[in-house]
Amino acid sequence: MFEPAPSTPPSQQTTPSQQTTPSQQTAPSPVTAPTQVTALSGATAPSPVPTVSPMGLGLVGDVGMVRRLKALALTQPLHDLDVRKAHLAGASEGDGDGHGGGPGAADFSGYAMAELGLHAIDQVTVSMDFDRGADHDQVLRRLVPLAAAQAPGRPPAEHERVASWVLHSLINVGNVNRGFDAGYGTLHADGRYVRRRFDFKLLVELADPAGDIYLRATDEAVTVLVGALDTDITSAQIAAEVALDTLIRRGRLADARAAAEAARYRTVQYAEQLRGRLDATRRNVLAVDWLEAMPTLIDEALAHVEQRYRYENAILTHIRRYRDSTDDPDHKRQAADLVTIVGDCIRRHTQLQARLLEAGGVFRAEQDRQQFAAASARAGIDLHAELLVPTLALPAGEAERPAVAFFPGAVGVRTPRAPRVLDLVDVLLRPPVDRDVLGAEIVEADLVELTEQPRFDDETWARALELLDLDPAGPRRLSALLADARRTTTATVAAGDTGAAVAGGAEVAELVALLALHAVSPRIEAARQAGDPTLMVAVDDGTPLADPHFGGADLLVGRARLGSPEPAANPAQAADSEQATHTVETAR
Amino acid sequence: MSGPLEGAQDAARLLSFGLRPRLVPARDPDYRDLVRRYLADTEFAALTQAIAAGLGLVVLDVSERAGMVPAGAAESAFAVRIGDYARRAGGEHRAADRLLHALAQLAVAALAYPRPADLADASYVGRVSVHGVDAFVRESCRLLAERCAEDDLTLDPPLGAPRLEAAWRLYARRASTGITRDARRLAGSTTGIIARAMNFLVDSGCLVPVGDQAGGTFRTTGRYQIQVRELAADAAFEELLALGVVTVTDGSGSLQVRSDEPVLPVTTAGAVDAAEVTETADV
Repeated sequence: MFEPAPSTPPSQQTTPSQQTTPSQQTAPSPVTAPTQVTALSGATAPSPVPTVSPMGLGLVGDVGMVRRLKALALTQPLHDLDVRKAHLAGASEGDGDGHGGGPGAADFSGYAMAELGLHAIDQVTVSMDFDRGADHDQVLRRLVPLAAAQAPGRPPAEHERVASWVLHSLINVGNVNRGFDAGYGTLHADGRYVRRRFDFKLLVELADPAGDIYLRATDEAVTVLVGALDTDITSAQIAAEVALDTLIRRGRLADARAAAEAARYRTVQYAEQLRGRLDATRRNVLAVDWLEAMPTLIDEALAHVEQRYRYENAILTHIRRYRDSTDDPDHKRQAADLVTIVGDCIRRHTQLQARLLEAGGVFRAEQDRQQFAAASARAGIDLHAELLVPTLALPAGEAERPAVAFFPGAVGVRTPRAPRVLDLVDVLLRPPVDRDVLGAEIVEADLVELTEQPRFDDETWARALELLDLDPAGPRRLSALLADARRTTTATVAAGDTGAAVAGGAEVAELVALLALHAVSPRIEAARQAGDPTLMVAVDDGTPLADPHFGGADLLVGRARLGSPEPAANPAQAADSEQATHTVETAR
Repeated sequence: MSGPLEGAQDAARLLSFGLRPRLVPARDPDYRDLVRRYLADTEFAALTQAIAAGLGLVVLDVSERAGMVPAGAAESAFAVRIGDYARRAGGEHRAADRLLHALAQLAVAALAYPRPADLADASYVGRVSVHGVDAFVRESCRLLAERCAEDDLTLDPPLGAPRLEAAWRLYARRASTGITRDARRLAGSTTGIIARAMNFLVDSGCLVPVGDQAGGTFRTTGRYQIQVRELAADAAFEELLALGVVTVTDGSGSLQVRSDEPVLPVTTAGAVDAAEVTETADV
């Protein structure tokens, strides 16, 4: 009603071709709701002022303006964080956190929410890999210390709450689309001013094959983060490289760091593009243009990797040299950081390159799988190209018709449920089933004790100990003891138990040898605590042992009487071994 | 006299087997015998169809693999209506949710039978997963978005006219997944909607779950193929025709293959696919 009038005079001024426009204009004008003037659209709304034509102002079809409006809109959620924190405070303290020392005193003004938001996007972007992103906890873990640094006096629970609030706000959990929208307007040649909605997301949640949910930053978010990078990827990359090199030479490392990070985001974006195309290929080879678009992308990306790789290695050398030569500790640290970032870039390039090399293989394998399968003689309807895509392309109001028409046929029939009142009564009267809280009974396991067979049986032990139960006054040589042990054996053989006794003889000898060896370093303290009167002691006096089965020293085995902790009576013997440290009285 | 009555009883029994969608003839000897009788005895077949028609059912197909596949006629008590299916959502998102639920069903079928030949080949078993379908639709949305992207000024939908907004925008805007407080799937997300569609199809004997990979993986049954091929696809196609969206083509497609390109199978098909998409949208 209002709009046709102002635009008619301008059209007379400018071009005759616009004479026809007012009639067309009346139809779409109700779309423009005058109440919905947003801050963004206000900037481009000179049309109600009928003095100058929009054409004259050069505002029609101003793509750059649209881009700028959108870029502006992207920052809105971040500003909103700081605006909305006041509401957050009021809502929370009503519940009685009771911390700030007064009603409604939980003061979130100490937090720079937008800053936290940028950090969150940063964290997600940096951990975005070829096929994964950051998980929520990981991002929160990094955010909490930042929140804590901003408000050191506040309780840790609040820091966590702030961090998770920021993250959830960036995902926009409350919205069913989990995204944001902003309004802006465009001017058309016929003087129409059309308001449009720009939908965008900053962080998106995706699920990996195992079903775990992870976060990825959208291209828009990366744009917000890095600044006006919404340009051709390749040219931005080159610009970043040049900048990086120059900055390092000039020693401006903080700026160099920003440039290096920007370069890394570019690489991530390449990988993201490739990943999307390969996934689509796996689903349907025909959906991706492998004739032109994909080879171009792969060639571009490969060239990019090759060039970047060479370049970054050169840069790395530069920075290392700078790092090692500079005296300023701050510069040194910055340079070290830069080395890490560039190292990470190189790692990502290698990863991207590996995927690029596989890409052709993926395509060929999928083509074999999908295209060379035996085709049926009867061609049916192409569900994707003939139904799904056209339906998706329709306006929502019209798309509903084919989609809804498809539904009943596809899901088949349902037998209508007809409840009988009798059954209902039965169900209602049935006593509730006792649910077994404890679950099934656990069967007591029949456990067999696992005992290790003793190496020497009781008889062998008895004989060996008998042999070693020496008179404290008469120590003996190990060789003699071994001979005795074997002799015991022969005696037993004579007694009749042949097989076992022969084996037993060798066993006794072995046990004797082991016990003698053990006695070289006796556990004096333990023996004294146990209250043993004597302790077996073996001493090596240098005589070699001549024995067919055992080698080493022919130990002098004796029994020592354990005395009171007074100085040793016979130091001569004690000095030979470590017994010297203990108070052992050797009988000699 | 007992002859026709018995025949009617058997025919009705065959129908009742068909109304238990998860039952297949291979599992029930009675069912199998009746299916064989239907296939061999034309009189019995006619009787069964007459009874079905009286009940408001249409016999789509009878085969030993899928058994009896009936479909509800327009006002039948046996048909499932989208309104009953997608009743949950309310408020401003109601219309959007209804459309998304219906689109999800269409997308499941499209991914289950990606090529026309798959739909025609009775031995074909499709394999679909929740995440697969979501990614598939999003890719289609991305291609549609790319097509619109040439003109920056019309890239975004007009404000305040939700019914005029393209369906793909609705889908692309909806979150694909999300965390919830109780670690369940977010019902309003696209994967939640698709999972619901698939579980509903499992109950209808159209899909069989085979695993939990990729948000839930399913294989198709013969019944689903028949339903999609004989009824659903045609119904949707007719609606599109009524909207004047699709040009009817003979089997070879209405497009030209560029002659200067090497004619590889994938090239031909790819060109056909891309061109067809463009054409249908322009109409």
